[in-house]
Amino acid sequence: MKPFQGLKASSGVLAVLAVSAVMLLSGCERPPMESVQHGYRGTGMVQVYNPRTVEANQDIHTAPVTLPQAPGNGPLASAVYKNVQVLGDLSVAQFARHMVSITSWVSPNEGCTYCHNPANFAEDSKYTKVVARRMIQMTQHINADWQPHVAQTGVTCYSCHRGQPVPSQVWFKEPDQHRGADFIGERAGQNLAAESVKLASLPSDPFTPFLLGDLDIRVSGTTALPNGNRHSIKQTEWTYSLMTHMSSSLGVNCTYCHNTNSFSSWEGSPPQRAKAWHGIRMARDLNNEYMEPLQPTFPAERLGPLGDTAKINCGTCHQGAYKPLNGAQMAKDFPELLKSAATRDVVAKK
Amino acid sequence: MAEYQNIFTVVQATGPVQHGVELGHGNSPRSGKPFLIHLFGRLGNAQIGPIYLGGLGLASLLCGLFAFNIIGMNMLASVDWNPIQFVRQLFWLALEPPAPAYGLSIPPMNQGGWFLLTGFFFTASVLLWWARVYRRATELGMGTHVAWAFAAAIWLMMVLGLFRPILMGSWSEAVPYGIFPHLDWTAAFSLRYGNLFYNPFHALSIVFLYGSALLFAMHGATILAVTKYGGEREIEQIVDRGTASERAALFWRWTMGFNATMESIHRWAWWFAVLCPLTGGIGILLTGTVVDNWYLWAVKHGVAPAYPAVFPAVVDPALMTGVKP
Repeated sequence: MKPFQGLKASSGVLAVLAVSAVMLLSGCERPPMESVQHGYRGTGMVQVYNPRTVEANQDIHTAPVTLPQAPGNGPLASAVYKNVQVLGDLSVAQFARHMVSITSWVSPNEGCTYCHNPANFAEDSKYTKVVARRMIQMTQHINADWQPHVAQTGVTCYSCHRGQPVPSQVWFKEPDQHRGADFIGERAGQNLAAESVKLASLPSDPFTPFLLGDLDIRVSGTTALPNGNRHSIKQTEWTYSLMTHMSSSLGVNCTYCHNTNSFSSWEGSPPQRAKAWHGIRMARDLNNEYMEPLQPTFPAERLGPLGDTAKINCGTCHQGAYKPLNGAQMAKDFPELLKSAATRDVVAKK
Repeated sequence: MAEYQNIFTVVQATGPVQHGVELGHGNSPRSGKPFLIHLFGRLGNAQIGPIYLGGLGLASLLCGLFAFNIIGMNMLASVDWNPIQFVRQLFWLALEPPAPAYGLSIPPMNQGGWFLLTGFFFTASVLLWWARVYRRATELGMGTHVAWAFAAAIWLMMVLGLFRPILMGSWSEAVPYGIFPHLDWTAAFSLRYGNLFYNPFHALSIVFLYGSALLFAMHGATILAVTKYGGEREIEQIVDRGTASERAALFWRWTMGFNATMESIHRWAWWFAVLCPLTGGIGILLTGTVVDNWYLWAVKHGVAPAYPAVFPAVVDPALMTGVKP
């Protein structure tokens, strides 16, 4: 045995190994990552951020400059314009400020005529105007009634729209797989690289059961020993899928809301978990009360493959940030969006 | 020294290829004329063949082939018979067990029937292969240690796919056949049953898994390190310790005060390896049948430590009054 023969052969193999390793790792994000402690030391309660991704996405999470406040005196919009069903108690100047703001938030390229008939701004001939009105009511409803989730920060149209007529992250009901004679190849709603769950093979539409319907999200046992909890592992995968969506929508790890000992235990959970709990209910409420009823209003090209309206999930507003727009307090500059229609009626009557 | 650290076999003893010992009555003839491949000799023995197929081997391969093809055809059908998507999404595709609603009944083919059929053929294939391993060992006049080690792995497999689903009353509890989907199943299993890391049998299984790797590394390294003193003649050194054996033993007594013998190290290794799936299987079998939440079980028995509170107390909003449902 010549001493160097083996070495030569092994260096060739090492080169092949190195190339394969590079190929395998090419789908990964490069280090270094930043890890931020988020709980008691040594318990694995950390948030891991890729500082380069955070940097690159900074623009998405920056709130736009708001217009200066308009004077509140003078005649009311409802008295001057026709067919003002929302925001009628603003002054004409405030109303104009709001309309200009909406245009820059939702249809900056399309302009006023995206919603309005230029010949008659008051008429409801464009579906977009009807939808926009309902969305203003929805925004007021969120700010007034969903403070357990949005707190005092609140939301504006921009929280979701970000300068686009349709928010970039919405969901439709998923069409069922093509089954042919229904003899072979059942996927059970999972087992494809699904964008909605960060390319996992988990169930790809966790939204219909949990953010439209209200199926059980909680699957874990509440007692040490079996006590009638019949939630299956398959069902757990649907919960897991929803949680993966939440995690990727907020750009956080599981431990942002859950403690590492026990994901189901509320004791020792970060307070963000309660916020998220209300968030799930909020998305469900908005989808059922606002988005779904708009179905007849939308033209076919705006509907999903099953003819349903675009709906809301966590990503619609969060878009990858733990707080939408990194917590920028935009809504306070638009007090007309902070009160729900019901509240405003009461105030008006007084 | 470099040749001792090489991952390739340094010594290839070549001679006339041999068919092995005479086989007794009832054995089929061995197939293939043995031959040598130098490159194979770099990794293991250069001699390839003869292979003993026999009735058990043939039956096992056929059953395995059935299972493999049913899984593959289901995966292909699940991407609408698109071969490109089949290759692209291969790691994501799976054959899923029936829905929980079917319990232990036989579902329609596309709602889990294929899964049960695959399970039958797969299990038959593995059990037939086990019988083959057992019988080949006895025919060669060997002990049956390999077969029993294999049986330990089969125990874990059958707990996951047969015993536990039956005890739980639902085939849906079984593991899907698929690369990523079976990993999702694993994560979901832990999520459903309150963190499997608090399952003491899971912990034991990890001990034996890592312990096996550690023992293998220690043993492999020790024998390679004393090869120049004839250390690889392990079996004869069980009774006749030479300088290699003495040096290896002394090395471990120096470094950790206690050492294995040329015999005991192989018993340690066998038991560590076998106990890994044995304890793991017990842990799986107890989950959901006897224990529903391992974290709460660990709290109840003082296993899970309490950590200082760093967050303000959080109350489950579902228990509060006045919140929206």
